[in-house]
Amino acid sequence: MTIDPALLAEVTEFIYREARLQDDHEYDAWESLWTADGVYWVPANGEDVDPETQMSIIYDNRSRIALRVRQFHTGKRHTQMPRSRLRRVVSNVELNSPDGEQISAAANVLIFESNLRGDTLWAARTQYVLRREERGLRMARKKVILVNNDKALYTLSFLI
Amino acid sequence: MSIGPKCEVPNMTLVNSQDVGSRIQADRVHGSLYTDQSLFEAELAKVWYKTWVYVGHVSEVPNSNDFILKSIGPQSVIMTRDRDGNIHLLLNRCAHRGNQFCVSSKGNSSTFTCPYHGWTFSNNGRLRGYPFPNGYEGVQRSGLGLGHVERVAVYKGFVFGSFAKEGPTLEEHLGAARGILDRLVQTSPDGEVEITAGFLQHRTKSNWKFLVENETDGYHPQFVHASIFNVAESGIGALYGPNSTAVARDLGKGHTEIDLRPEFRRIGEPLAWFGTTEDRFPGYTARMKQAYGDEKANQIMIDGTPHAMIFPNLFIAEIQIFVIQPVAVDETIQHVTALQFKGAPDLNRRLRQQTMGSVGPAGFLLADDSEMYERTQRGVQALSPEWNYLGRGKHRERRDSDGFLIGDATDEITSRGIWRHYRALMET
Repeated sequence: MTIDPALLAEVTEFIYREARLQDDHEYDAWESLWTADGVYWVPANGEDVDPETQMSIIYDNRSRIALRVRQFHTGKRHTQMPRSRLRRVVSNVELNSPDGEQISAAANVLIFESNLRGDTLWAARTQYVLRREERGLRMARKKVILVNNDKALYTLSFLI
Repeated sequence: MSIGPKCEVPNMTLVNSQDVGSRIQADRVHGSLYTDQSLFEAELAKVWYKTWVYVGHVSEVPNSNDFILKSIGPQSVIMTRDRDGNIHLLLNRCAHRGNQFCVSSKGNSSTFTCPYHGWTFSNNGRLRGYPFPNGYEGVQRSGLGLGHVERVAVYKGFVFGSFAKEGPTLEEHLGAARGILDRLVQTSPDGEVEITAGFLQHRTKSNWKFLVENETDGYHPQFVHASIFNVAESGIGALYGPNSTAVARDLGKGHTEIDLRPEFRRIGEPLAWFGTTEDRFPGYTARMKQAYGDEKANQIMIDGTPHAMIFPNLFIAEIQIFVIQPVAVDETIQHVTALQFKGAPDLNRRLRQQTMGSVGPAGFLLADDSEMYERTQRGVQALSPEWNYLGRGKHRERRDSDGFLIGDATDEITSRGIWRHYRALMET
C-alpha cells in the first residue's frame, strides 16, 4: 500500500492533539473529538477479547463517554481531585489501508502519571478509526491495548 | 508499574504487636491494625490459611480437565476439575524443586508438566511421572504430589477452600450467609449463577481490611459516590441516606450485609433494584414466572439481589462479585466480574455493561472507593489520634426477628461485626 504523506501528517497531528487534550484535562475539547457514534474501548486480559461478552476496563458508547466527562466536571470525582499530572509520548504512528470513508491508524503511547499514590508508567498500543466530518477528523473508535492489561492495575481514572 | 519511592510504613510500637485484643474495642480500632507487618503475617496464618476462603466458581471450570489460576492471599492456587468432575485446589509449586509451573491463566489439560525437569502431575495433584526414572529407584511417588488446599467445599456453585485439615464445615462457616447465596441464585430462572465474563483486576495500595469494611459501609456512598449519583441521576444514593428504611445487618461470623429489601418493597416495582422495569425484560420476566410462579417471581424481582460481604473475601455487590486478595500489608487486589444468571441472557448483557461502567480501575464507583482506601492507608500512619472511631449507630443497635443485630443503613454495626469476628479468629 502507498501511504499518503499528507494524510499521515494530518492523522499524526490529530493524535498529538488528542494526547495533549488528555494530558491537560481539557475534557470538553477532548469529548468534541468523538463522532456521534464513538466507542472508547480499553480491553482487559488481552487484545482480542470480545467486549460484548467479557469484562473490559473501559467500554464506553458515546453516551457513556459523555457521562465520564460529566463526572469529571462535578468536582467530586475524588480520584481526580487533585488531577493526575500527566505527560505522554506518542510515537510509531502508522496508517492502515483506507476502508471507505474511514481512516484506520495506530500508535504507541507511553504515559507518565503522577498522583497522590506516586508515579506510574502506562504503555499501550492505541488503534483509531477516524472519520472526516465538517469539523475535521473525528474518532469513531479508539481502542487502547495496555501492555499489562492482563495484570492487576492501579486506578486508571485519567483519560487514556 | 510503580516507579515511585516505596512508602515505608512506620513501625507502630504504641501497642504490643502480638496483642490484637487490646487494639479492637467496642467502638474503635487501632490504626496499627492496618499497617503492622507482623500482624499481616499472623493474619495469613490465622485467617487466610485457616478459615474458609472463596476461591472460584464451578462455572469457571465447566468441563472435565478444565483449570483456572486463582489465589488465596499471596498463594497461587490452580482450581481444576478432574475427569470425574471433582474440583481440586492445587498449589502452583512443583514438588521437585519448587518451580511455579503453571503460567497459563486457564486451559484444559489432564496433566501439568513442569518445564524445569519434566515432572508431570495429574490434575488431582498426584505425581504421574518423571523423566529418566531409573534415577529414582526405590522412591515412593505417592509422597511427591503437589501441595493442595486441604479442604474444598462448594455451596450453590461457589467454591471455597480451607488450608486447615480440621475445623468448622463450610456450611458452619457460612452460617446465615448461606441465605445470601440462596437469595442470589434465585435471581436466575434456573437457580444458578455463572461466572463467565472474565475478571478485572484492580490493585490498590491499601490494607485488605479497609476494603472488607467498606463493602457494607452504608455511610460513605453519598459522599464518595456523589459525582456519579449526581450526573447519572441514580436513585442509589437515596438508599444510603438518613431516611432510608434499608438495614445494616451483622449476620455473624464476620459476614455482614446492607439489606435493601425494605426500600425495594416500599417501591414495590419488579426490577427497580436494577434501575429498570419488567416490560423491558419480557423474556426474563416470563422465565422467572414459569420457574417460580407469579407470586414468588414477583417477590424475587422486587427484592433484588443481596449486598453482602462474606468474610473474608467474597463481596456480593448486587450485580457483580468482588474477590478480595491481600498481597501485602499495604497492597490488595480486587478481582471483579459481572454476575451472570443462568437462563437470563437479556439481563446478563445489562449486568455486564453496568459492571464495566461502575467497577475496575476506571470504574465510575470503584476508582473513587480505591482512592479512599489509599488515603486511609496513608492517613492511619499519623501518630494521633491512633484510633478509628466506629461508633456510629451504637445507641440504636437492635435485634431483628431472626435475632441478628441490625442498625440503620448508614450505621457502623457492620464494621463492628467484622472486627468482633476478626478478633475471635486472631485470638484463637
